[in-house]
Amino acid sequence: MAEETRKVAFICSKGDLDMAYPALVMGWAALGNGIDVTIFFTFWGMDMIRKTRQDHLQIAPVGNTAMKLSMMGVKGMDNAGIPNLLGALPGMTAFATKLMKDKMHALGVPPVGEYLQMMVDGGAQLYACKLSVDMMGLKKEDFVDGVIDIVTASDFMDMTEGAQIIFI
Amino acid sequence: MSTRTIAGKTVQMNDEGFMTNPSEWTREIAAEVAKEEGLPDLNTSHWKVIEFCRSDATSSGKSPTLRRITTATGLSTKEMFALFPKGPAKKVAKISGLGKPEGCV
Repeated sequence: MAEETRKVAFICSKGDLDMAYPALVMGWAALGNGIDVTIFFTFWGMDMIRKTRQDHLQIAPVGNTAMKLSMMGVKGMDNAGIPNLLGALPGMTAFATKLMKDKMHALGVPPVGEYLQMMVDGGAQLYACKLSVDMMGLKKEDFVDGVIDIVTASDFMDMTEGAQIIFI
Repeated sequence: MSTRTIAGKTVQMNDEGFMTNPSEWTREIAAEVAKEEGLPDLNTSHWKVIEFCRSDATSSGKSPTLRRITTATGLSTKEMFALFPKGPAKKVAKISGLGKPEGCV
């Protein structure tokens, strides 16, 4: 008898660029280890699967206490942050986003849309949260092709029986 | 580290079942390991991937990741999962007598 396949499910609730990658990286690793992957997108996390949004996710320097000047290439500035007042200047979010995208690209990490498509091709199952969809007035057509359906939280519980669930 | 006899040849193998000396590999070993991995019949597409991984590892010194394989061979992710189900990069590395692929993409 074949052993039962391990299952892992991710709940993606954030629409920031940096918060999109944990599920992508871990989910891709899971698929690479023969583990079944299900991803449930809720609230802002739905931006990861919205056609008009998925490749425009951003990272904001405002209120991000971990983002230091050293990340922007200023040497020896591991503990010098970007003042919120500066982070709030026009263009700073776009600048931080470009910086992160460039770093990811240099490491060979694909953009969100391409990454998710790879995962769908590898067998990952994507679902959108019904309550969030209703709240934001979205439709199935607003989502990329890999999204199987819009489901309730209860449906998600049913379909992830026996899975390890990771909330992001 | 231990040794194992596969297809009449004794080879070095680590605890995870990856061969540690790629030069000990033979096509017969590949066929035997593939059988154990649930792939009893390797076709030309399988061999194309195996040969790519062998040559890529020779030049880079490490097993290619799945993304490296798809980018370099032109095979799609879908095709790779169809050829080597449940963890294509790991499976093909095992069959090709290479180490476990490292890297997150």
